[in-house]
Amino acid sequence: MTRAIKPARLLVALLFLVVAAGAAGAEELRGTGDLGIVIERTAGAVQIIETSGRTSLGRIEGLGDLSHASAVFSRDGRYAFVFGRDGGLSKLDLLTRRLVKRVVQAGNSIGGAISQDGSLIAVSNYEPGGVRLFDAETLAPVADIPAVYGATGARSKVVGLVDAPGNRFVFSLYDAGEIWIADVAQPDKPVITKFAEIGLQPYDALVTPDGRTYIAGLFGEDGLAMLDLWRPEAGVRRLLDGYGRGEEKLPVYKMPHLEGWARAGDRIFLPAVGRHELLVLDAKTFTEIGRIPVHGQPVFAIARPDGRQVWVNFAHPLNDTVQIIDTQSLEIVQAIQPGKAVMHLEFTPRGENVWISVRDADRVDVYDTDSFARIGSIPADKPSGIFLTARANRIGL
Amino acid sequence: MLAAVLVLAASTAGAAPPGGDRQAALLYLLRQDCGSCHGATMGGGLAPPLLPHSLAETPDDALIAAILDGRPGTPMPPWRFEISPDEAAWMVRQLKGGLAE
Repeated sequence: MTRAIKPARLLVALLFLVVAAGAAGAEELRGTGDLGIVIERTAGAVQIIETSGRTSLGRIEGLGDLSHASAVFSRDGRYAFVFGRDGGLSKLDLLTRRLVKRVVQAGNSIGGAISQDGSLIAVSNYEPGGVRLFDAETLAPVADIPAVYGATGARSKVVGLVDAPGNRFVFSLYDAGEIWIADVAQPDKPVITKFAEIGLQPYDALVTPDGRTYIAGLFGEDGLAMLDLWRPEAGVRRLLDGYGRGEEKLPVYKMPHLEGWARAGDRIFLPAVGRHELLVLDAKTFTEIGRIPVHGQPVFAIARPDGRQVWVNFAHPLNDTVQIIDTQSLEIVQAIQPGKAVMHLEFTPRGENVWISVRDADRVDVYDTDSFARIGSIPADKPSGIFLTARANRIGL
Repeated sequence: MLAAVLVLAASTAGAAPPGGDRQAALLYLLRQDCGSCHGATMGGGLAPPLLPHSLAETPDDALIAAILDGRPGTPMPPWRFEISPDEAAWMVRQLKGGLAE
């Protein structure tokens, strides 16, 4: 049976379509490749930024204690997963600028990672010590990996959690001095491989961009612990053993970070703990080939994406300065003073700009990495970490 | 909040409390720089929590010494280069009383 549609009803239907299309078009379509977030550590908020026009697009509040917060991104670059100090795990939609979901998954946490396939979020916790896995879609709990060590059943704080190829996560146990690999091919039944006696107090770690080499920095002794993830059966190897040569190290007013470490060509640049030095390693042999005296104790040493420069910030109280090192001459070619308490720096994906958070000035500044001129600035409340969506496509970030 | 801090400081015998500007600077240091390891809300991190109930059993002198001279064998550094003994004593009182939100 056929029936003619009445003209009036057709008009109503058409009007509805026009209104619906108008609503959808109110926000123009855009990609996420030039987006990122800035952590406002004490306000418990995050700003969403875009690096093409160098502006802030919005702000999401209510994320808890974000001191030392970090973030990873979904593989489509749309969602940020923010790891708060208070155990909060927040999923943010960068396009609608909304908090999608927030769970408080532990009492005290330090960071996290996203699995190779993008399906799992792993969080490293201080209290209770261990790693917890969550479904990236829903943030529903998937598995718990308590960092139990020794005969007493004590739990260790977990640091240096990274993703690695083969659907693995790798992390270090600060109190235990161990490195663990969790194979999460079957997400609810992680298979753990443990490496004990890797050194005293691993405080942070990195994985190389190819996902092959995991390196943990040691606080309790001079040296680094390296694990070849292509040959884990070979065990953990010590690097730069005793690089302080027994000298008393300086008190450390801020722990250095190894994430965002610098590889430039055939050289690796790492902050020395308790020294006003950058360590330079040969990227093939991982042996020391030099040291660069710098302004203070380095916190971050980050290579511009092309590897030609390394930018370094420093611990309290020398934290108003950033030095730029030429990776060919190993000379400091420039120093800038963005302001008191430079907390973090993040390069745009191709390295033409760098975003720098200046905590005490309540600003995030943007510098041209060629001229070193400040070309932009946005106000932010005690900004710390800056994370751009280009990380979505990089192993270990 | 500031008034409460001033009353608390004034009511404590012994060490001279730091001036108002310096108090603000020390509270900022506590939250922002001590907070790097102890958490911005003093709930702990790589370093132990500095909340009233977690400090209650520890004598003031031991806490003051930890601030001024650090704790060997741990990452806690000495702060004597920028914090005086009186100021450390004042900070310990703030921590034991609980920092305002």
